[in-house]
Amino acid sequence: MIGFIIRRAGQALVVILGVILITFVLAKLIPGGEAKAVLGPKATPFNVAQFNRLNGLDLPVWDQFWRYVEGIFAHLNLGYSYKYNQGVRQVIGERLPKTLLLVGTSVVISLIIAIPLGILQVVRRNKPIDYAVTSASFFFYAMPAFLLGTLLIIWFSFDLKWFPVSPPADAPATAIFTDPRAFVLPIITLSAITIASFSRYMRSSMMDQLTEDYTRTAKAKGATNRRVLYGHALRNALIPILTLLGLSLPAIVSGALITETVFNYPGMGLLTVQSAFNDDIQVVLGTTLVITVATVVGSLLADVLYAAADPRIRLGS
Amino acid sequence: MTEEEADYDAVFNDVEAATPLPMGHGPTITVGDALIEDTAPHGPEGGEVRSSGSVFRQMSRVFVENKLAVVGIVFIVLMVLFCFVGPHLYSTNQTNTQEALINSNANQPPSSQNPLGTDAAGFDMLGRLMYGGQVSLIVGFASALVATVVGTIYGAMAGFFGGWADSLLMRVVDVLLSIPVLFLLIALVTIFHQSELLLILVIAFVSWLIPARLVRGETLSLRGREYVQAVQVMGGSRRRIIGRHIIPNSVGTIVVFATFQIADSILLLAALGFIGLGVPTPQTDWGTMLSNGVESAASGYWWQIYPTGLCIVLVVMAFNYVGDALRDSLEVRLQQR
Repeated sequence: MIGFIIRRAGQALVVILGVILITFVLAKLIPGGEAKAVLGPKATPFNVAQFNRLNGLDLPVWDQFWRYVEGIFAHLNLGYSYKYNQGVRQVIGERLPKTLLLVGTSVVISLIIAIPLGILQVVRRNKPIDYAVTSASFFFYAMPAFLLGTLLIIWFSFDLKWFPVSPPADAPATAIFTDPRAFVLPIITLSAITIASFSRYMRSSMMDQLTEDYTRTAKAKGATNRRVLYGHALRNALIPILTLLGLSLPAIVSGALITETVFNYPGMGLLTVQSAFNDDIQVVLGTTLVITVATVVGSLLADVLYAAADPRIRLGS
Repeated sequence: MTEEEADYDAVFNDVEAATPLPMGHGPTITVGDALIEDTAPHGPEGGEVRSSGSVFRQMSRVFVENKLAVVGIVFIVLMVLFCFVGPHLYSTNQTNTQEALINSNANQPPSSQNPLGTDAAGFDMLGRLMYGGQVSLIVGFASALVATVVGTIYGAMAGFFGGWADSLLMRVVDVLLSIPVLFLLIALVTIFHQSELLLILVIAFVSWLIPARLVRGETLSLRGREYVQAVQVMGGSRRRIIGRHIIPNSVGTIVVFATFQIADSILLLAALGFIGLGVPTPQTDWGTMLSNGVESAASGYWWQIYPTGLCIVLVVMAFNYVGDALRDSLEVRLQQR
């Protein structure tokens, strides 16, 4: 188990270093150079030269990369936003917890709904309810988050006035617990596709378990259908869901970007979109790096849970 | 019924033991027909000769039997006609902003003159659906094509070289895949700015990773086959092995992926358009149209939202159904290996 965690954490670290390399390369690809990105498009050549010398941008690329890595790890230096006129780390500040809480809540709710839904489909397999849930998940699968969010706003916010479009702009990150009404529509938007894919997966995963030899053995020994389903099949079917969760995290975080944009919720996604409009490339690269690290760590956690739940992995290494 | 189960049944039931086993387990020898069976011509591998036509014909039969896939294909063809032939039959101004505002009013509900109403700039919505659909479909097709070709070559090389080169090449894929795709996409669009061609390349850049993985896996399994080894022994170059043997044999997997990727690319472009980073004006795409419609959603201009949304969802569903059916018919071929 310890061996597994160390090996897996090592892989995660390699991925994070790789992402740092990619953001570094992207920063080098900015037309006109990084100086323009920080000083703005109207910077004079003199200012650009001065900026380059001050920030070591006239050094060889290799030295620049080490300074970049050192800055990130030693000082959490993610660059400078010319638009907000402060460090990217300060700009990200409170927006990161907002996105993390949004994604976390959505994942928990998705699991709570998708797992019983998958079980229900297995219990009632090939009955109307199974077909109904299957059709619904295909529909939500094809439904892009921005369209679903837009329709929810039109129907439930403008027409029916059941829910506000979004929480107040200055609400703290914890508003998701204190003012849950404002988060109903964003959470539905973000969770719909996750629920659709997870319940599909849960259904097929449990169906697979029901054809395994051990299920037949349990039945032969006289276990009731109920016990076979919940005592044996469910426990084994739950494990791969954790892997799926780890693999789906990047997609869910992408969904959060869309959700934040549709509902105007000031998290990492909306910040990235706004900065893209401002040509504030340092912020875009900073949020990309930070959100990727958060995603990689989340996937790592899911894998550790997976190992803890599955003795074949826990004891195998 | 598996052979094992059949054996059990044979022990308990004499009548069933006399009936032949299900097809697909080599030549069946039963007492009465034994002579006839043995004289029947055998295929090159000694299996039974199939009477149901070539593999391709069987694959197309499985495909056609899937009604949803046929509906999907028909819908895609109609959509392509609608977007590319439609403007010739139903001619509207979609580029001249000034003329649009002079000739018609903005935000008009559907009428006999504008069957789907007009948008905030006074453009006819039906014509705009065609015009925006062209961009969405072209970018979707083109970026899926580029992504598939690049990913295929990359994956085939990684799988064929193996060892250190493989590990290094696949780590690059791992790293890129761990970045949430929209963040990467926005970073790229911010750096390189939007144009139709760049959008194709940028969407392809975030999409070639999955085919690279798929083709690498396929290559690893093909590399060990006798015929590939035979080519190697005969002195065939690596380029020849990859280009003439490995890639053509993975073509099923690649085509299935490409079909799903068109749907995904259309969705990615729509998402970018919705955010406001789609093709620059006066061009438009479905995502950009939707985002323009949303700005006036509070005013109840439903015709600016529902038709566009429906187009996106239906096209994506159509490609997914076709992909599903292609995968099923591919499995027919795999079962016969």
